[in-house]
Amino acid sequence: MAFLEIENLHKSFGANTALHHFDMKIERGEFITFLGPSGCGKTTVLRMIAGFETPTRGVIRLDGRDVTHVRTRQRKVGMVFQSYALFPNMTVADNIGFGLRVAGRPQAEIRKRVDEMLELIKLPQVGERYPWQLSGGQQQRVALARALAGKPQVLLLDEPLSALDAKIRISLRQDIRALQRELGITSIFVTHDQEEALSISDRIVVMNEGRVEQIGTSSEIYNYPRTRFVASFVGTLNILSGHVVDPASGKMAIDGQELVTTQQLAPHDAGKKRLLALRPEAIVLEAPAAGRNSLAATVEEVNFLGSVVRIRARVKDAVISLDVFNDPTRRLPERGQPVALGFSHENLLVLEEGAA
Amino acid sequence: MKSQSRVGAWTAMVVGTLYFLIPLIATFEFSLRMRRDSYSFEAYSVVLTDPRFQASFGYSILMAVLTIVVGVLLVVPTAYWVRLRLPKLRPVVEFVTLLPLVIPAIVIVFGYLRIYNSSSILPLTGNERATDLLLVLGYVTLSLPYMYRAVDAGLASVDVRSLTEAAECLGANWPTILFKVIFPNIRSGILSGAFLTFAVVIGEFTLASLLDRPAFGPYLQLIGANRAYEPSALAIIAFVITWASMGLIQVFGSARGSARAAAGPKP
Amino acid sequence: MTASSDVGSAQPELLVPPMPKPAPHVSGPGRSSQLLTWLGVAPFFIFALLFLILPTGFLMVGAFQDPQGHVTLANFRDLLQPGVLDAYWISFKVSAASAIGGAVIGSLLAWAAVQGQLPAWIRPTLMTFSGVASNFAGVPLAFAFICTLGRVGLVTVLLKKYAGINLYSTGFSILSFSGLTLTYLYFQIPLMVLIVTPALDGLKREWREACDCLGGTSYQYWRYVALPVLWPSVLGAALLLFANSFGAVATAYALTGSSLNIVTILLYAQIRGDVLHNQNLGYALALGMILVTGLSNGGYIWLRARAERGRR
Repeated sequence: MAFLEIENLHKSFGANTALHHFDMKIERGEFITFLGPSGCGKTTVLRMIAGFETPTRGVIRLDGRDVTHVRTRQRKVGMVFQSYALFPNMTVADNIGFGLRVAGRPQAEIRKRVDEMLELIKLPQVGERYPWQLSGGQQQRVALARALAGKPQVLLLDEPLSALDAKIRISLRQDIRALQRELGITSIFVTHDQEEALSISDRIVVMNEGRVEQIGTSSEIYNYPRTRFVASFVGTLNILSGHVVDPASGKMAIDGQELVTTQQLAPHDAGKKRLLALRPEAIVLEAPAAGRNSLAATVEEVNFLGSVVRIRARVKDAVISLDVFNDPTRRLPERGQPVALGFSHENLLVLEEGAA
Repeated sequence: MKSQSRVGAWTAMVVGTLYFLIPLIATFEFSLRMRRDSYSFEAYSVVLTDPRFQASFGYSILMAVLTIVVGVLLVVPTAYWVRLRLPKLRPVVEFVTLLPLVIPAIVIVFGYLRIYNSSSILPLTGNERATDLLLVLGYVTLSLPYMYRAVDAGLASVDVRSLTEAAECLGANWPTILFKVIFPNIRSGILSGAFLTFAVVIGEFTLASLLDRPAFGPYLQLIGANRAYEPSALAIIAFVITWASMGLIQVFGSARGSARAAAGPKP
Repeated sequence: MTASSDVGSAQPELLVPPMPKPAPHVSGPGRSSQLLTWLGVAPFFIFALLFLILPTGFLMVGAFQDPQGHVTLANFRDLLQPGVLDAYWISFKVSAASAIGGAVIGSLLAWAAVQGQLPAWIRPTLMTFSGVASNFAGVPLAFAFICTLGRVGLVTVLLKKYAGINLYSTGFSILSFSGLTLTYLYFQIPLMVLIVTPALDGLKREWREACDCLGGTSYQYWRYVALPVLWPSVLGAALLLFANSFGAVATAYALTGSSLNIVTILLYAQIRGDVLHNQNLGYALALGMILVTGLSNGGYIWLRARAERGRR
């Protein structure tokens, strides 16, 4: 039995359904990210796990115990908010020790624990300061310490980095992940930033409009997206329309040009139109070679971006982006020049039906 | 726990509503009782046809209008100028405009009577017209906080500097800029301030009474001291006027000015 | 009717920051243009000087002088005479009572509207009504309360008729200290509602949620988080109410007339008819008033700055 089990979770606000049929099993110590655009339902699930909202249908089980209708206060979850939500009238030390204080722990124990937490977040000097005297990044670290001080069962993070500067965001997300590994605490992280999600998660749940699009590791989500939404939300993607020539051998055709894919195709797909996807980094400019796909295209635009040169080439009515590393010794193609785009059979992705 | 706070909230609301509505109902009911044994609007007709009512109400309206005109002519150029040319002076000007809220009106008018009496260099209490002038200026002072704040908020919501520079490029001089460019764009701020000034002046008692002018405030006080039913009719009329003024502020204030002022200056 | 003499802060949002940000400074060329620039604000400052600062200053200076113009502190000693001291004391009591009453009731009403989970239309209605009611002071308000709780007022009559309670036999009278306080509450409560509502809005939902996660009960939330955050605003608003009430004239004049000896009525009588037989004492009286209202407003501003401190 998994540590955190979410079964058939549903949430409607009146006539508006925010979440359809959410199912998931999370193991102890996992770092899970809910990824999706605003309004996709990711925060709704988080808030139901925390207990701020009650599900319309479904069950939430924490360490074997059904907590679906248990008050937040009694669930022992730690929560970190986007706006930090530190109590402005208390010092950092008081904030961190608040959970222990309301639980009636003795002063000495509270003080010891607060010092431990301050060490953990590497801010040993700020105990007597007030939240408004700290920077955003520091405040969020304090918020993290406060959430963890009481040794909660689950750590919930609701877009904790969205209010911070880019550089801090990157360093703080590493710190959060390191801390989580060290403590081994089951964590759920909500974000709309795909880079964040990819870099620190054990598994990612991609959501859209109240539904789960795909659950998988970072690598799975990025390299083998199952739906068009996942493919376009996570990383840039070239999407082309083609049709199935021969499902058994994986032959596809785009604009009369024949290509091969290693992805599974059902026998009844023969002749059907399907959406094909191609990552920009999977494409190289090379002469057609055996065992590899080759697509003839015409260069439309060449953009020098510094370390990378982005080339846009046209195949009938689709424009494909590809990136090549900057190499001053090599000549770049010119606009209007015909080129051959090469990529492996594995890199030609076929998106699920109904994903258009 | 949630339902407990609901009950408490409803109780507070109900009690509050009762406290605020009952006096209004009582006053209205009383005002209808002029004719014995039956409800009628007799008190209202007596009041409205009373020549002294008409005279004092008309006087106060006139005073209000004059106050608004003087106030606008004083405040708008000042607020505009400070924003444009002397931003460092802003805290000082703000402080000055908040003084009338701290210094009670009775103290202010006391000062007027001592400084501007017949034996001073500016004998404004000497004759009636001069005292009227003093009253208007006193009202301008009292309404300064509201007028300045409303106008300043209106100015904040338009990019004053760019408008001025554009007008200058097109060849406009200062009066033209002020009246043809700035004024129209802060119209809702001005109107807000104007209606608040109106409400302040119409029922004002202290200044009018101590300067011995036949305004609406002293008239109300006189009626209250001598008559039984008319005061309640007047109270209802007064409440309706206050409500109307405030309502018009909401209409004009929220239409453009304050909504944009709340949003801050345009980027 | 706004007897602005009664409602010193008819629009409390005036006293709530932030003032809109100023436009960038436009530099002018040359010295003559500098002079012109200062000339632009001259009318305002001349006006303020003539009709605000000088009159007040004159009184303040006069408070330190005797009728012959010599500097003296005798006036302040004379302020301690029983009639005057009583007036200050009664003014203080009325102001404190209406400020505390207004603060408590106003806070409860505001809380009910903001966090009481009532239907959505209640809050805007309360705000609008408070905006109107906070300006409805002065003579008409006095009339209204006489119609309600006077000897033949509606409530008095109904209480006698249906509940058998004879209000006036208990010693209560609308024309008294308690009657005046009750009447003052009519504009003090709405004023409080208008000032406190933004402060209540400032109580972030996340604080409550964070407190829940950490295991805190409702009581613990209020005791350790909400009330500590709110008290500067509430106290500051109460001070504002105090100052407001202290300077009120018209309502008191129309209601209790000269039967209730408060500072504003005393000053009014003094201006009208020199009842103190000493002009300079009148000045001292005025100065005393300014000190009280000045300190209260100062306290309000300081507390408001404190409350803003943790806010972003």
